Amino acid sequence: MINLINVSMNYPNGTRGLIDVTLRIKKGEFVFLVGPSGAGKSTLTKLIFREEKPTRGQLLINGKNIARLRPREIPFLRRSIGIVFQDFKLLPNKTVAENVAFALEVIEAHKREIQKAVPAALKMVGLEKKSNAMPAQLSGGEQQRVAIARAIVNNPPLVIADEPTGNLDPETSWEIVNLLHDINKCGTTIVMATHDKDIVDSMKKRVVALEKGRIVRDEERGAYGYED
Amino acid sequence: MLTGMRIRTFGYFIREAFKSLHRNSWMSLASAGTVAVSLIIVGMSLITIINTNYLAARLESNIEIISYLKDSVSIEQGTKLKKEIEGIPGVAKVRFVNRDEALMEFRKELGDQQNMLEALGGSNPLPNLYKISTISPQDVQKVANKLEALAEMEKVDYGKGMAEKLFTITKWVRMVGLVVISLLGLAAVFLIATTTRLTVFARRKEIEIMRMLGSSNWFIRWPFLLEGMVIGFFGAVIAVIVVDAAYLAFTDYIIRDLKFNIFGLATDKRLMINMGMVMLGTGTLLGAFGSVASMRKFLKV
Ligand SMILES: Nc1ncnc2c1ncn2[C@@H]1O[C@H](COP(=O)(O)OP(=O)(O)O)[C@@H](O)[C@H]1O
Ligand SMILES: [Mg+2]
Repeated sequence: MINLINVSMNYPNGTRGLIDVTLRIKKGEFVFLVGPSGAGKSTLTKLIFREEKPTRGQLLINGKNIARLRPREIPFLRRSIGIVFQDFKLLPNKTVAENVAFALEVIEAHKREIQKAVPAALKMVGLEKKSNAMPAQLSGGEQQRVAIARAIVNNPPLVIADEPTGNLDPETSWEIVNLLHDINKCGTTIVMATHDKDIVDSMKKRVVALEKGRIVRDEERGAYGYED
Repeated sequence: MLTGMRIRTFGYFIREAFKSLHRNSWMSLASAGTVAVSLIIVGMSLITIINTNYLAARLESNIEIISYLKDSVSIEQGTKLKKEIEGIPGVAKVRFVNRDEALMEFRKELGDQQNMLEALGGSNPLPNLYKISTISPQDVQKVANKLEALAEMEKVDYGKGMAEKLFTITKWVRMVGLVVISLLGLAAVFLIATTTRLTVFARRKEIEIMRMLGSSNWFIRWPFLLEGMVIGFFGAVIAVIVVDAAYLAFTDYIIRDLKFNIFGLATDKRLMINMGMVMLGTGTLLGAFGSVASMRKFLKV
């Protein structure tokens, strides 16, 4: 599904985001990206949804080289990827249901489709009772669940989460990871960048460790492996 | 880009545009005012240009050479000259006016002050003359020189240098007008860009989320584009009203109250309508340009 072949990426200011990274992620996998701050985890996720472009190497998603994507085609790539960030990125002046519906409105989905998909996504994240609340009335964990509902409402085959638990307490973090795990069990590929040692160690999923832009470890059923 | 767009989607764009106009009502009014001021000046310059062109055209077509025959030349000899004058290159129309006709025309012009002629003792002081118009005003000088060379001519009169002066004046007015209009147009685009940039900036989070959710650039652009176009159009409406009202009042004053239209002011209604359309179109376009320009940074691709 995701195939990086000798990918390097330099930022315009000369910083090396990734160096010669080769990585293959299969459909239905659950992958943790770990590594110290500045290792290149976010850079890798940004390359996958084409916020950044590889400077060198090939990046194939479903067999398509997305380095050569034309600007007009980028929105279509993003429609097939659910994206979750540490800071939720909800619109404060829209209700929970409106925030989730927004993902379908901006890709011009039919009204009937929106009316069916939004409650289903909210049910999946366990927030069907809060659909008319405003984001400010929710806890951090609940807001992140709204963001996840928005990411999956379109049934994307891939969800990318960049430190989704970075702002949450350990208990709430577990709820979020379990939710992503449930989504993964329904067949969705999950790539999650994280700092959370406990979660990585007990989930026993594939772990890809980055350091200074390079992959230093790639283990099935791996552990966090750092003592920070 | 608009093809295949659903009516409902377009409704969404319009709602978003007006929501944002409402939210930033003061800023929107200020930029509409700027567009209005720029277009008012543009409109005034256009009117000045149109009127000088109109005046130039009128004067150009009115320049007539009057060539007076010597008293010693009889009417029969005089009329025979017609063929020769018509043969001069550049001549369009030749009319012989004998001194009796000339006197009659003069009487008509004098109206109720005929006693001035009586004061001359009833004799006709006027010579026989030719009225000659040229194909183009540039020919006047050449033709006049040829006429002066004829032995039968006493004197040749025409608006000396008038045509040339007029030409240089209208050329300058046109050039200065164009420069002024272009500069003002740029200023208006810049100001609209600044206003929409505020809107875009206020909504950069929303734009970022829309991009993340895979919405197309045009889908993101349209509400802002419409917002800019509404601002531009609204400013243009104000400008059209002001310019038309001011010009109508001005021409009314000159023509009705002063009974004086020597400048030959253009009063054609169709002209005003056309100019209004041009201004509305320009305003809307300026608005569109301004908002597209202000979005470039936020829609990096
Ligand atoms: N927009 C950017 N411009 C320049 N350098 C950047 C940018 N984003 C990240 N970097 C640099 O790229 C490297 C990798 O950063 P990042 O991928 O954000 O790491 P992580 O997410 O693992 O903390 C760091 O050295 C960082 O400073
Ligand atoms: Mg990061």
